[in-house]
Amino acid sequence: MLDKLKTLVQFYEEVLNMPHRQEIARKLRDEDDLFLLLLYSEMIGIPNPVYYYTLELYPYMIEKFHDWHLRMGMDKSPMTGIRCC
Amino acid sequence: MNGILLAIIGMLVFALGYRYYSKFVAEKIFRLDPNYVTPAHQYKDGVDFVPTNRFVLWGHHFTSVAGAAPIVGPAIAVYWGWLPAFIWVVLGTVFAAGVHDFGTLVLSVRNKGQSVGTLANKLIGQRAKILFLFIILILVLMVNAVFAWVIANLFVSFPASVVPVFIQIPLAVWIGFAVYKRKQNMLIPSLIALAVMYLTAVIASKVDFLQIDLVQYMGGENGAGLFGLGAVSTAFFIWIIILMVYVYIASTLPVWKLLQPRDFINSHQLVVGLGILYLGLLFTNPEITAPVTNLDTDISWFPLLFITIACGAISGFHGLVSSGTSSKQLNKETDARFVGYLGAVGEGALALIAIIAAVTFFGSADEFLATYSSFAAAGGAGLNVFVEGASKLATGLLIPPDVAATLVSVIIVSFAATTLDTSVRLMRYIIAELGVEYKMPVLAKPHVATTVAVVSSAALVLLPQGPKGFGSGGYLLWPLFGTANQLLAGISLLLIAIWLKRLGRNYAVVLIPMIFLMFMTLYAMFQQVLFEWSWFGSNSNTLLFVFGAIIFVFAVWIILTAFTALTSKLDKNIEVK
Repeated sequence: MLDKLKTLVQFYEEVLNMPHRQEIARKLRDEDDLFLLLLYSEMIGIPNPVYYYTLELYPYMIEKFHDWHLRMGMDKSPMTGIRCC
Repeated sequence: MNGILLAIIGMLVFALGYRYYSKFVAEKIFRLDPNYVTPAHQYKDGVDFVPTNRFVLWGHHFTSVAGAAPIVGPAIAVYWGWLPAFIWVVLGTVFAAGVHDFGTLVLSVRNKGQSVGTLANKLIGQRAKILFLFIILILVLMVNAVFAWVIANLFVSFPASVVPVFIQIPLAVWIGFAVYKRKQNMLIPSLIALAVMYLTAVIASKVDFLQIDLVQYMGGENGAGLFGLGAVSTAFFIWIIILMVYVYIASTLPVWKLLQPRDFINSHQLVVGLGILYLGLLFTNPEITAPVTNLDTDISWFPLLFITIACGAISGFHGLVSSGTSSKQLNKETDARFVGYLGAVGEGALALIAIIAAVTFFGSADEFLATYSSFAAAGGAGLNVFVEGASKLATGLLIPPDVAATLVSVIIVSFAATTLDTSVRLMRYIIAELGVEYKMPVLAKPHVATTVAVVSSAALVLLPQGPKGFGSGGYLLWPLFGTANQLLAGISLLLIAIWLKRLGRNYAVVLIPMIFLMFMTLYAMFQQVLFEWSWFGSNSNTLLFVFGAIIFVFAVWIILTAFTALTSKLDKNIEVK
């Protein structure tokens, strides 16, 4: 009985949490998108003082790159160096 | 007739509809495939596309679609007796709303989780997208005006509800910060907020000075107000202005600051509200005192009933939720039946209890007929009758009637305020999108778009003259709200029909409700515009005439679009599986 009640509370909480979780995830993704744009800042003419270290982030960036450029409204990859699509 | 029996019959039909009709639609028409890779899996990104348990998704879907509208419509429509309203709610839910919500969900799932607006563009063309935007614009404008009236009316009629409603705002902001900034769990803070609100409601019901009764402050109903207006008119005017200032601020804030925490609290309120009403019904076992049918009326039930009850029988707004969020989170395609169809049934259950609360309230049929003396009187009194009727049901749970009336009005105002906030926000986006479309970039600025939205909504709610004077006639817009909502549902059903036709399936299950809906809407608008609101009509009103005429033209446009789209050849843009 107690277990069933716990499951019910858990379910109820999950229903409440759903839109909230989505909003938090969206905010975090927006921050991440901005960070990625900063990493590509040289592309739009802003000097990037740490571009050498950016290279180290390359393996992590490449995975997210395709989704990122789609979200930024670019249907095809804007970089000739990264041929994701 | 007994209230419990009516509820049982309604629930039984809903259950049969789900068990047999939705199964037939799922298997034979939509041919749901448990192995189909849904957008939640295909585009899984942890933000919009997240595979979700069907019970959780249903809970979210239901709390997103249910609000004050399925309460207000039925409370007005019982004017023609309880039977027509009951039949339309029950059969409308089973054959129209269920298929509509379910269908838009499946259509969106089969098309990358895209919204109905985008799908209209793909299936019919760019013209349809603009048409879609205008219909939604009219709908949200009507929602703003009608719900501003709903809240102002409840504040004037039930002044004890003011303090608990306003106390929700700082509580919601506190929850927003606690959850977002400090990453706290939200269940406990939102329950505390709810307890504080209800405690305030109980105290405000018993302590006079906590009841913000603007009419009494100005010397009662016959007192003098501001600018040469009467006390009641001034009270309506002040509340509407305060509400508009509130929605301006609320709709320009980030959603996590106010809108979402309010939604957390309101989800509890929906459960509490439904629980109080259905349990109250069980314990009070009331008799229905309203007449079965009331055909000796100033306006015929046919076809006005079908636009008076929009939400609760079928609502186009659900399609926006189905295709906007739910379709992106559906774990398995076969879950669409449970989430979509039962989402509509949930709202049908809310409309059903609204009917029962309104028709069991009066001591006799004569009392009922005295209050519901004309369609306009029903519009003005319907909501208050529901609040009183619901309080009567709540007495079955040993809640004193005055406290129950405050609680019920707090619940309705909370729903209406969240709807108002969302709808002003939506209107702002649409104005911005139309601004971009028609090369007026200034409209795309958030504060310009919000100002246009708020000022036009305020003007619309203040213009119609009700029996209590300036600002009290917002309910006159109700048929226009219902019509805009039905037109939106009509377009969504049309999209599903086109999709099914192109798949070579039987599309009668969506075509029949669509034709029914469009015919009733067109007929009702024609009748209202020409015989009621025009210069030679019985209730001449320029404002309603102009809006009614615009909506009528849109309805004709949709029918023509529907005809050409249904008879046109296959479009390669659409995924046919």
